[in-house]
Amino acid sequence: MASPTDRFYTETHEWIKLQGERVLLGITRFAVDELTDVTFVELPAIGKTLTVGKAFGEIESVKATSELYAPVDGAVVEVNEAVKNDPSTINQDPYETGWLVAVKTGPVDTSKLMSAAQYDAKFNIH
Amino acid sequence: MTSYAKSREMLFGGEIVFLTGVFLSHTLNLLKTPLHEFHVSQGAKMVDFAGWNMPLLYRGIIAEHQHTRKSASVFDVSHMGRVKFTGPDAMKFLNHLLTRNIAGAAVGQSLYSLVCNENGGVLDDVIVSRLEKYHLMVCNASNRLKLLAWFDRHRPGFDVQIQDETMQTAMVALQGPKVIELLDAVLPEPVAGLKRYHCMMQRYMFIPFTVCRSGYTGEDGVEVICGNSAALMAIKFLLKSDGQGTESLVQPAGLGARDTLRLEAGMPLYGHELSVTVDPISAGLNWAVAKDKDFIGSKVLAELVQHGTPQKLVGLLIDSPRTPRQDMTVLAGGKPVGRITSATASPTLGRTIAMAYVQSEFSEPGTAVEVDLRGTPLAAAVTKLPFYKRAG
Repeated sequence: MASPTDRFYTETHEWIKLQGERVLLGITRFAVDELTDVTFVELPAIGKTLTVGKAFGEIESVKATSELYAPVDGAVVEVNEAVKNDPSTINQDPYETGWLVAVKTGPVDTSKLMSAAQYDAKFNIH
Repeated sequence: MTSYAKSREMLFGGEIVFLTGVFLSHTLNLLKTPLHEFHVSQGAKMVDFAGWNMPLLYRGIIAEHQHTRKSASVFDVSHMGRVKFTGPDAMKFLNHLLTRNIAGAAVGQSLYSLVCNENGGVLDDVIVSRLEKYHLMVCNASNRLKLLAWFDRHRPGFDVQIQDETMQTAMVALQGPKVIELLDAVLPEPVAGLKRYHCMMQRYMFIPFTVCRSGYTGEDGVEVICGNSAALMAIKFLLKSDGQGTESLVQPAGLGARDTLRLEAGMPLYGHELSVTVDPISAGLNWAVAKDKDFIGSKVLAELVQHGTPQKLVGLLIDSPRTPRQDMTVLAGGKPVGRITSATASPTLGRTIAMAYVQSEFSEPGTAVEVDLRGTPLAAAVTKLPFYKRAG
């Protein structure tokens, strides 16, 4: 299934959705399908600083553990408690109810990120 | 997210085959089972496992796991090796190579056994069935070529024919509390009377197949071997036998659920709990090592039985929602005392479980230990295996 076109993507399978001065951040359907059933997610606390390309959390599934990498610089302003309480929310809907954190950023440089079309082409998603 | 190649390696412990110095990478020319078309039609997520293109899951690992515990699942296990032994010395030959004494096995009996090297290191764990005209061994896919080479090396002096039938046959496991009832409604001869670890040959519409009351899930069930051409028809028939769709009693399940099910059942997986650097006694498989015969490795194993092993395989109940991975360190009083071999968030127990090798002094049930999850210590308690035992 094609990725949503209203956001940007990383090579490490995170997505961001611009919402004015903040961005919503999550992982892609492709990533979720690779992980299989998610059993645990470790997210940073509100106020924590994210640095582009640096790990900011971990996600565990029945089969594997992966690190989450920050697509943007910024400070965490909201954490999705729903996915912490029920990690399977990420499997059910990684793009809407399964978002991970909201980050307050300056102007986001999207030139280093991929569009949905670029991401889908790179990982052969259709 | 990090590279998934690494996750895959964690997943199944690196399935690379070493054969007489030739390095065979499994990324090329993946083998397909006779049920490949079925998996694809069911929308399975396919992965490469021991050189085979296999279904990891269809709907979801946890859903398939839970369905197996309460109803019936069908697993394609055609990737496993099937090797036939015939000739006047077949039994003598197998008894020289296997840790179990198969001379005592009656026709229709199946024995779980190890194949060890001279040092008692495990080359594979197998099931050998004594059928009327031959012995049939089922071995791990990742060890098949290694075992065939091992058999060839030890064959001189024995009048035995060894026939690898893996590519000409299919094998499916039917597992779950409703399997026997379901099969008996369709099969000409009932399997309800077949004892655990016993097998029989049957025919259905002129198609011969072998049924063994065994499995790798901790549930009741059977493993069925039939010819390649019959397999696809048989599985479609089975899934249709009680109506189709998600409400059906029988659902397909993949390797992912097979792994979490066997872990709850405390069953070892080669490449995790078993390897050439591990002996069966440390692995808790003393019961599968004969004391009344000589075989390759018997001397070393007899000494281990007598003097005890420095490490033992144990279960760990982990006091955290986090899941450790293979090779993470087990600590006691801040010092390393062992290593994790497998772990998962157990769908049945609703908590994290693991198997680990620990120094024998820390192997008593109830012993408090910690698992080092990349710097984060997780509290854990040693427990007896299995984690799950079916009722009855």
